Amino acid sequence: MIIEIRTKSYTPPPFDDKEILRYAGCRGESESTCNLINALKDELTCLEYKVCYATLPVSVSDSEVDFDGLIYTSYDLAKILCGCRYAVVFVATLGVEIDRLITKYSKLSPSRALILDAIGNERIEAVCEEFCKELEATYGRVTRRFSPGYSDLDISYQVDIFDLLSPEKRIGVCLTDTLLMTPTKSVSAIVGIR
Amino acid sequence: MDFRAFLKSNVVYLDGSMGTMLQKAGLSPRELPERWNISHPERVIEIHKAYLDAGSNVVLTNTFGANMLKFSERELEEVVRCGVENARRAIELSSGKQEKFVALDIGPTGKLLKPLGDLDFENAVEIFKKTALLGEKYGADLIVIETINDLYEAKASLLAVKEATSLPVMISLAFGEDGRLLTGASADAVCATLEGLGADAIGANCSLGPRALTPVIERLLEISSVPVILKPNAGLPKIVSGKTEYDVSSEDFKKEILPLIKNGVRVVGGCCGTTPEYIRALCEVKICDTPLPITDKGRTVISSYTHTVEFGKAPVLIGERINPTGKKRFKEALIENDITYILNEAIAQEEKGASVLDVNVGIPEIDEAKMLSRAIFEIQSVVNLPLQIDTAKPEAMEMALRIYNGKPLINSVNGKRESMERIFPLAKKYGGVVIALTLDENGIPDTVEGRVDIAKNILKVAESYGIQRKDIIFDTLALTVSADKNAPSVTLGALEVIRRELSANTSLGVSNVSFGLPMRDTINATFFTLALARGLSAGIINPYSSEIMRAYYSYMALLGYDDSCKEYIKKCEEFAPLSQEKPRTVSQKSENSHSLLQNAIIKGLKLEAGKITEELLKSTAPLSIVNEEIIPALNTVGEGYERGVVYLPELLMSAEATKVAFEKIKTFMSDTSQKHTKARVLIATVHGDIHDIGKNIVKLLLENYGFDVIDLGRDVPSEKILSAVRENNVRLVFLSALMTTTVGAMEEAVRLIKEEMPEVKIMVGGAVLTQEYADKIGADAYGKDAMEAVRYAESLLG
Repeated sequence: MIIEIRTKSYTPPPFDDKEILRYAGCRGESESTCNLINALKDELTCLEYKVCYATLPVSVSDSEVDFDGLIYTSYDLAKILCGCRYAVVFVATLGVEIDRLITKYSKLSPSRALILDAIGNERIEAVCEEFCKELEATYGRVTRRFSPGYSDLDISYQVDIFDLLSPEKRIGVCLTDTLLMTPTKSVSAIVGIR
Repeated sequence: MDFRAFLKSNVVYLDGSMGTMLQKAGLSPRELPERWNISHPERVIEIHKAYLDAGSNVVLTNTFGANMLKFSERELEEVVRCGVENARRAIELSSGKQEKFVALDIGPTGKLLKPLGDLDFENAVEIFKKTALLGEKYGADLIVIETINDLYEAKASLLAVKEATSLPVMISLAFGEDGRLLTGASADAVCATLEGLGADAIGANCSLGPRALTPVIERLLEISSVPVILKPNAGLPKIVSGKTEYDVSSEDFKKEILPLIKNGVRVVGGCCGTTPEYIRALCEVKICDTPLPITDKGRTVISSYTHTVEFGKAPVLIGERINPTGKKRFKEALIENDITYILNEAIAQEEKGASVLDVNVGIPEIDEAKMLSRAIFEIQSVVNLPLQIDTAKPEAMEMALRIYNGKPLINSVNGKRESMERIFPLAKKYGGVVIALTLDENGIPDTVEGRVDIAKNILKVAESYGIQRKDIIFDTLALTVSADKNAPSVTLGALEVIRRELSANTSLGVSNVSFGLPMRDTINATFFTLALARGLSAGIINPYSSEIMRAYYSYMALLGYDDSCKEYIKKCEEFAPLSQEKPRTVSQKSENSHSLLQNAIIKGLKLEAGKITEELLKSTAPLSIVNEEIIPALNTVGEGYERGVVYLPELLMSAEATKVAFEKIKTFMSDTSQKHTKARVLIATVHGDIHDIGKNIVKLLLENYGFDVIDLGRDVPSEKILSAVRENNVRLVFLSALMTTTVGAMEEAVRLIKEEMPEVKIMVGGAVLTQEYADKIGADAYGKDAMEAVRYAESLLG
């Protein structure tokens, strides 16, 4: 079967300040932190919200998932995808702007770097949520998403995801030698379609 | 026929997509397409031949991903050899009568370069070199670099091809819908940088269809002095019954591209989704038997990694503050390797309105070449202004020019033969705009004619190196008016002649003129205004001087460079006389038992903390400020954090305010030649890990508590950590790792240090670490947060 790789861009999802505070290590609100969050939101002018993805047929045994010939060994992933005939593999990113700002402030103002990092985490999660909601609307029920590096799914499967989707070319996400993604506010994951 | 000669007088037709055709021939998304050069040569030859039969002059070898990252050395050589041979074979088989060439195709590495990613610039150069060398070895006629979406990677690839081969090289980039590369470079920045590096043609391919790429192409046609390439996709992909199709037909493709060829596009082809049918459609209409000639646009332009600054229109402000001359605290920062000090200067000047920054780190106590490159790299990771590289040492200049991302200003060359022999080859190779001082072996002439003659000679010699007038900016040298009352008139006279008669751009280091006089800013500002009126293109000035900035913004408004005087009005707020300064936001009396400085620190008010410290320093010993004001305030915040009533961002804001106070104290102590000795510690994020927020938090807090922190940065190999521990005689090391994939590197670093220097203590920390793991890998301590790191350091060294 021919596997189609598709790319999508989203408009900015609404901010969830509670999540940002949580990622920044705050158990409650404080005026100075909230002011900082708002100031930094204004500084982020060109965040991208991009996803590239492919839909693959899967067959699942109790310890393995077979993505159209590509075998992933993981009990937990197999458990999640149990009963699915198709799965969506995707990579999402916010682009390089937020990394540039985080790098800048890491050197000059760690408090700002910390908040930006938290905003980045909240944003990228929001994009993934949007994407999965759309899948749900298209296909009915979908599973929760699962990424290489979660529990027993080895992070080396990142390489397969990247070989399949070529997100370097499509949305500018690259792998480092240690299999981390750059830009750093990026997520790779698998979602089963029920 | 030689390709360069062909390009000079013809529109060059490239081929269409290789990938689309390979997929049609049965290539699966999981195969490396380049392997087909070896396994399915007949298929690849067939595709090349189809494009040649359709009318292509140039076919690109099937080597887009052929590099050392994806292939072993042996396989890489085979892939390239077969790739070139397949294309050559297709040329033999094709019946087309047109001129035909084989281009070695080079695509991106698939990795982001530092500082955004983990690929080192020089490693990227090596990767591209390897492929380019093989291409030349097996007989490619030219090289086409394509689909690069980052300017820094484009520079690495072009530099590599130029260094490794003598083949013609065209480079084409993937622009987004916003007209920029993925990492932010505009078409102007791309053009300035790649033209400077000597590309034979530049342009755009992939990402979009012809219509969406039109604005970028039109801009390139306006500004580029080399031929422009257009190799668009067949529109945008859409899914039709589960299959990807592109939405522009071959007929529409032709219709959209023809006007651009008429407007001057000289190299044209197709990218994703295009087939021989598309190329045939383009070639059928030979509308341009005599294409538009390529003209030199004569623009004097420098560039950062995002945008350009042009000389000869509105005058340009070059900030002079990153220079240790006469600044004790700056020198100390250089000796201590304190890059943050320099970064703060960079950001402050940007905020004041400088549009270019001069960078000079020359002091005898340090390795200038190493420091200059590091400073350039670090400054480029926090500000996006173009830089002026300022050094008297050619080897330092070359290292900095290599790693600079964009097209820099080179400061400087002069009329001495030796200077020109050393600097012009560098300027030619790396592509910069050179500041040329009008002095030579006989010194600085004291007449206008004398300085103009030197300028003429410099232009002549530059030309012999292939450097054009547009890439030289003359500095007619501001001399001290108190030593010679006529000096400024000669400077200004020469400036005007060079500007008007030689039609070259000019700059001046303005501040020299007032040396030895009181109220220097007043003289400087007037001199600056006079120079602007005589046609000065750029002033190297102090952006903190409000008199200079007033003169500049007034000039801009008066000469029509400032629409509705908007910038002037905006600046008026800053320029308001000191007496009108707003009252302090912190009440003079403290609302509780804390002193003013303590309050500023506790509330995280940086400006206040700085101001109050400066006041205190007039009457209080530096050490008592630290012990009686700063440390108690820090303890209050730190304890609040440990009790869970102060959150991490607030702790950090306080720490940053403290840092500002400390900086004032440091400056005061170096000005009064007092030494401060502190215990040294070392901190690093381990090899493979690119996260450093946590590490920077620990560093900041340690500095707050008076430790001298050597920060090796992120992604640091174990050997480098060990040698730094040795060199600096450090007794305590902090290591950070965030990811499960990199704790292995931490274990290795701990083992290495403990083997070689068992007396050194190591604390480890980071999201995935635990006490248990710290024990397992043999670390002395585990720090769950920054305060624990401080407490541990104090218990050992305090």
